[in-house]
Amino acid sequence: MRKSRTLNLGTGSFVLLGFAALFFLTTQTTSRGLAIFGPARYELTAKFDNIGDLKVGAPVSMSGVEIGRVAKIDFDSNDYKAVVLLRVNERYNKIPTDSDASIYTQGLLGGKFIGLTAGGADTYLKDKGQIDFTQSAFVLENLIGQVLANFTKSKADSTSPEAADPKPTEKTK
Amino acid sequence: MFAELWESFTDALEDLGSVIHFLFRLIVNTPPVLLRFSLISQQIFNSGALSLVIIMLSGLFVGMVLGLQGFQLLQRFGSEEALGTAATIGLVKELGPVVTALLFAGRAGTALASELGLMRATDQLSAMEMMAVDPIRRVVVPRFLGGVIAMPLLAAIFSVIGIYGAQLVGVQIMGVDSGSFWSQMRSAVGLTDVTEGIAKSLAFGVACSLIAVYQGYYATPTAEGVGRATTSTVVTSAVVILFLDYLITAAFL
Repeated sequence: MRKSRTLNLGTGSFVLLGFAALFFLTTQTTSRGLAIFGPARYELTAKFDNIGDLKVGAPVSMSGVEIGRVAKIDFDSNDYKAVVLLRVNERYNKIPTDSDASIYTQGLLGGKFIGLTAGGADTYLKDKGQIDFTQSAFVLENLIGQVLANFTKSKADSTSPEAADPKPTEKTK
Repeated sequence: MFAELWESFTDALEDLGSVIHFLFRLIVNTPPVLLRFSLISQQIFNSGALSLVIIMLSGLFVGMVLGLQGFQLLQRFGSEEALGTAATIGLVKELGPVVTALLFAGRAGTALASELGLMRATDQLSAMEMMAVDPIRRVVVPRFLGGVIAMPLLAAIFSVIGIYGAQLVGVQIMGVDSGSFWSQMRSAVGLTDVTEGIAKSLAFGVACSLIAVYQGYYATPTAEGVGRATTSTVVTSAVVILFLDYLITAAFL
């Protein structure tokens, strides 16, 4: 009896330790967090022209404080926009309806996240609400393209102003 | 020459076939054994809890080496903060399951094979059959299931200890920022990485335990035969683990 007691104790603590390790791996090393037992959340959607490399699970923050996560990313083939589903902690339920959502980059080359900026409306976003004002991700290639375009434009301006004159207006179109 | 090669090839096929046949016998006999859980519990203790010390020590050192090597490499690109990501992905997907399985084959697999082989050599298995006790149900299935249950848990423990080992070297000794170590890891490691590791360790657990009980159960009933069964348990397990590792990695890509 004594022996089987210590044996069961050993088996039990081993299995417990093993499951604790599995739990640690799934919740602490990934961005899932304690989603299973996490606080109640509500869902918001936002449509972006371009989300860059935003990933599911990326943080949603307001004033730098994480208030939720990106739950799903979809493509709306009717208006050619990316539809991002945000799952926001129920505690932060006072987000004005005219708030705007932008996609920012963590650090210079880090991952993307969504930053919300509060608007001034008196009504608040509810579950399944939509954020209307959005700003696309900052795409490095576009910026480089613009810089190059500006560079060639200014070069053309300086060499032959009258010949280059119609070109910039074409480009701005 | 070719005849010999052909013969060894057909021998290998025959072995594979009888291992699969043995696996089916084990699976068919599993439900009645589940009712006597104390048998399985004892084997979880033997295969799992008793392997804990070697698994934890190895995990710690593997993690520490990863921390050191990863730091040296990442420092060249000025991205030491990615150490947490590198170490965790390496441990959870690859090193955790594989090294644990190799150690498991050495620590628990050999014990299973030699125990069963000695039972065979001393006619204990035949004696059970004489008493109308099915040795597969009474002896083999509990050992097999104990190994299958213990292996994923051991691999998870290995990975967690390894991550803390990498953290110990990277953060405490080399001075990587603790916050970015963990936050970069959390944003880069996905749930699929963890499930890949769990799938691997489950497959390795089945393979290692099956090979060990098969080798032991069908050991030649001599002292030499038991020794050979133990050796071939380790050799076959190692090859099968690395082969399965490649297959599962490819399947998850």
